[in-house]
Amino acid sequence: MILLWLLMVTVAGALVAWALDRWSGRASRWAALVALLVDAVLLAIAWAQPPRTGPLMSPGTWLHELNYPWIGPFGVSFHLGVDGLSLLLLALTVFLGIVAVSASWTEIQDRVGAFHLSLLLTLAGIIGVFTALDLFLFYFFWELMLIPMYFLIAIWGHENRADAAIKFFLFTQAGSLPMFVAIVVLFVIHGHATGIYSFDYQQLLGAAVPGSISFWLMLGFFGAFAVKLPVVGVHTWLPDAHTEAPTGGSVILAGLLLKTGAYGFLRFALPLFPADSEEIAPVAMVLGTAGILYGAFLAFAQQDAKRLVAYTSVSHLGFVLLGIYAGTPLALQGAIVILLAHGLSTGGLFVVVGALQERFHSRRLDELGGLWAATPRLGGVALFLALASLGLPGLANFVGEFLVLMGTFAVSPTLAAISALGFLLSSVYSLWLMYRVFQGPECHLRVAPDLGLREMVVFGFIIAGIVWLGVYPQPVLDAARPQVESLLTPTTGPASMTGR
Amino acid sequence: MTAMVPTAVGLAIAAVLFCTGLVGVLVRRNIIIILLSIEMMFNACGLAFVFAGSYWLQPDGQVMYFFILTVAAAEVSVGLSLVLQMYRQFGSLDVNTVNRMRG
Amino acid sequence: MLSLLWLVPALPMAGFLILALGGRRLPHRAVSAVAVGSTGLSAAIAILVSATHLRLAPGGGTYSQTLWQWMRVGDFAPSVTLSLDALSLTMMVVVTVVGFLIHVYSIAFMAADEGYGRFFAYMNLFVASMLMLVLADNLLLLYVGWEGVGLCSYLLIGFWYKDRDNVRAALKAFWVTRAGDTAFAIGIFLLFTSLGTLRIQTILEDIAGYPAGAPLCNAAAALLLAGAVAKSAQLPLHVWLPDAMAGPTPVSALIHAATMVTAGVYLIGRMHALFLKAPTVLFVVAIIGAATLLLAAFSAMTQHDLKRILAYSTISQIGYMFLALGVGAWAAALSHFVTHAFFKSALFLGAGVVIQALGGEHDIFRMGGLRRRLPMTFQAFTLAALTLAAVPPLTLTFNSKDLILNQVWLSGRGGIVLWTLGMAGAFLTALYTFRMVFVVFLGPEPMKPVGKPSLWMLVPFAVLSGLGAVIGAPELLNALSGVTGFYHYLNSAMSGPAREFGLRETEWVFQAVYVAVSLIGIALAYYLYELAPALVRSMTATRVGSRLHRMLFVGWGFDWLYRRLIGVPYVRLARLNRGDVVDLLYVAVARISRGVNILLSRTVNGNVRWYVAGVAAGAVIVLGLAVLL
Repeated sequence: MILLWLLMVTVAGALVAWALDRWSGRASRWAALVALLVDAVLLAIAWAQPPRTGPLMSPGTWLHELNYPWIGPFGVSFHLGVDGLSLLLLALTVFLGIVAVSASWTEIQDRVGAFHLSLLLTLAGIIGVFTALDLFLFYFFWELMLIPMYFLIAIWGHENRADAAIKFFLFTQAGSLPMFVAIVVLFVIHGHATGIYSFDYQQLLGAAVPGSISFWLMLGFFGAFAVKLPVVGVHTWLPDAHTEAPTGGSVILAGLLLKTGAYGFLRFALPLFPADSEEIAPVAMVLGTAGILYGAFLAFAQQDAKRLVAYTSVSHLGFVLLGIYAGTPLALQGAIVILLAHGLSTGGLFVVVGALQERFHSRRLDELGGLWAATPRLGGVALFLALASLGLPGLANFVGEFLVLMGTFAVSPTLAAISALGFLLSSVYSLWLMYRVFQGPECHLRVAPDLGLREMVVFGFIIAGIVWLGVYPQPVLDAARPQVESLLTPTTGPASMTGR
Repeated sequence: MTAMVPTAVGLAIAAVLFCTGLVGVLVRRNIIIILLSIEMMFNACGLAFVFAGSYWLQPDGQVMYFFILTVAAAEVSVGLSLVLQMYRQFGSLDVNTVNRMRG
Repeated sequence: MLSLLWLVPALPMAGFLILALGGRRLPHRAVSAVAVGSTGLSAAIAILVSATHLRLAPGGGTYSQTLWQWMRVGDFAPSVTLSLDALSLTMMVVVTVVGFLIHVYSIAFMAADEGYGRFFAYMNLFVASMLMLVLADNLLLLYVGWEGVGLCSYLLIGFWYKDRDNVRAALKAFWVTRAGDTAFAIGIFLLFTSLGTLRIQTILEDIAGYPAGAPLCNAAAALLLAGAVAKSAQLPLHVWLPDAMAGPTPVSALIHAATMVTAGVYLIGRMHALFLKAPTVLFVVAIIGAATLLLAAFSAMTQHDLKRILAYSTISQIGYMFLALGVGAWAAALSHFVTHAFFKSALFLGAGVVIQALGGEHDIFRMGGLRRRLPMTFQAFTLAALTLAAVPPLTLTFNSKDLILNQVWLSGRGGIVLWTLGMAGAFLTALYTFRMVFVVFLGPEPMKPVGKPSLWMLVPFAVLSGLGAVIGAPELLNALSGVTGFYHYLNSAMSGPAREFGLRETEWVFQAVYVAVSLIGIALAYYLYELAPALVRSMTATRVGSRLHRMLFVGWGFDWLYRRLIGVPYVRLARLNRGDVVDLLYVAVARISRGVNILLSRTVNGNVRWYVAGVAAGAVIVLGLAVLL
């Protein structure tokens, strides 16, 4: 039930915020914030409760589960469930939602209610994606995330928002349609074979699909998640979307939407098609390595600070792809840690760039400069986040990236060694950003105040999260372990279905 | 006994009438003439139906002719009112001037 | 008492946190109290812990203290564990004591700077990271400290960030060392994948089971060497250190002379068993050391920036340490590290006094005759210089370099060649060191110092200089009368081939040769720079002379090479690809669909008759198909 509450509170918050705009924009903001805080409390309760079915750490058990039949004739059920991995990502969702609302506090002055409606509906979609255990329902939420996000970019974005929003939407749609076809085909095949027509995740996990078709089905899923992650080659929607989106939108995009791609790989693409995933693993790993290097290469070249940060996402998530398809426990755990670390650090960097834009009305590296003296707190936070981004040991990103490379080394030393260059290249772009924005002679664009209390509180939480994850990541690793272990013992055939 | 016109001839006449009407619609610029041509096409269809009904020795052909007549009448009334509007808006009966819905 | 070990790195870390969060608001006195206090307390505890450890295990032994389990994924379970043995004890004491003295010095040196709190925050963080590096029980924790000191180096070189050149120097330092760090990381992956552990002791024990020259040992040693070469500014990755002099002088003293740059030496010493199993790589270490010490000494001779002379001197002296490591003389390398830490940081602090007294002047040829105005500085500086040039009897620490050279001579395998190079380096060392001393302190006085240097600066400087001069006493005693000393204590942590001269008398002869070479170097310096200064000028004015001078001046052209081969192409290529070539594919798709759209739009021309014609044609075609098919 708590999962349903999570969804309903978010949607309710969205509607209330929209309605309150009539009185004042501030009321809308507070409504959104309150809804997310309630979500946080619910999540804390969910985490603290003991598991319903089976012991905590065995794979295939869900900590909280909710199952209502929905569209009977098609075998669609409203099936939600969380395990450690989902809970981690849900925590990230709620946290980054609060960060996004806070970052938009002064930036969005126009149609505030509608903004928060879109924001919270996107979050609701994301929550749904992370909890859905019915493939049809998953697809429903997958598409649901997109549309409010499109509006966020198209209405409240920056100069080139129209093109960026359409590009984002078309790319994601083009990627998702093969997945939908794959889902339906899977449904049909399973139905023919066993007589049970159902979209349920647990049912389809054990579906016996003939080899020739299963590869194509896997590709369908792979394509959708590849566009979302994004995998290099289909990544070009990302810089435009991130740059043109408003700060809150960028935080949600980078911090959460990209993670849904990774989650898709971990929860659906790999468990549903283990043999085919093994086949495509070398290709995927090469793509991951290419993404790491190419993303870093592109980031360094940018003149727009926000675009630079956007490309760093491509680079960091290359590590995730590499780790997921390397398939060793170290690599998988590392990938999951990177998801959290990247969400925090890159989300934070987008808030920094947003703060820069609000204060100095520019994002261009050739216009900004020497701002440390003018805004030392902002400089300090930016330095910390830049260091996190370049993988400084002791901080969260290092733990993830190191685990991934350590795990990949056992499978492919060459790729691990080449990917390690990512450490060097990431330090190039991170410190370049610091150099051009905060160091050197002062640019004297405008006189602007340093970070205020609200911003410092939010940054404080982000920094604390990054440090904690970097110094003591064990709780996260433990929470993610069941899913990782279930990925390493592939389920093939109905006989080895777990959990049900 | 009345001399029966062979069906083939009748259908041929109908075809010729139809094509004439079609050509008229395509080639003429004056909207009234176009409407006339459409009428001609209607009548050609009606003629074909009558001949067909006579071939099959059924009254349905002639019944269809009544239907076609009705439809033609309705079409003419609507068409002529549109022509009136067209003249008011564009000041001309030339169909080439009515080309704003393009691109 | 031993359980207080964790406080040694924790205190400076706490100092960093306090200063990072509130340094801007605290008055200077409070900042100094926190920074100097934490370092001083840390030094005191370090000495206490060391004394306890020495008492409990006089022949050597290891004490471990686990703070927490960092993470656990399957077999990979690194913990935050500190381990204390002879090697780490030595390093810990040196780092804390030298660090403390330099912190005291900085109180006066940085007094007028608006970034006072920021400076001490970074310095404290550095000391904490360096301590973590030397006390780490496993390679991962070592790597954390390794990167931490690299970070502080970047932050402190670029401390005066308003000047672009300073920041560029900082970026250069960070990027070059990061390249080495990447190699180091790959080495860590290799070791873990092959041996299943990152605990240093376990690795060293497991490695014993491998044959010498095994691919694993060679690869791992080579990768670790790459990291060490970058961090210790050895050939060919030495290019960042001279430019790092852009940072404040205490930074140059602490980080770029005494401690961080010796991290590579520490790493190789710590992993000595691995290197012993990779003889080829070890030989490369020796070659790198010999080449570096010579090339850097040549470059030092041509510099006229006071700090750059010292920078190249540092590169050269670390070359000696690498040379020692390369022939397996671990203890000799580490004892040279200890002495070098003291006298080199003293030289830097003295340079700082001179520079500040002359209002920021760095060029030695604009200085002169400071012997009269800054007598204490002159005395302490000369004492440290004598220690560097290894000349008795004022300094008792003249033989740390000589011990290395002895071991090199005895090592066989081209040892004599290496020894000759080392001797040439020693000659040059004396030459460039006293070139510096004579030009700065003797002769005419073109610039007059402003005011007197503060006692806060002079006292640590003098203490370090004095300590540098006497710290070699135990070894001297050992050489004179065979009393077991420091040298053998170090050997307890790093066992290596033991080489001794056959006869005591041979050792005396060698020692005399070393002293003689140094004295000749000093004499030549006196001649060239005091008696006949025009000679040098005429030599560098010739065509060959000036070309040679130029090449030595820019550090043998490695900078230029890297810029042309890596720097410029990367930047150009990146800027070229700014719009992302992959995007062209999707832009093309968009353009094509737009083109098709435009084409098809031509059919919507608003002309009713066209539409009717279309309908008619379509109807004909469809009916025709229906009839035919």
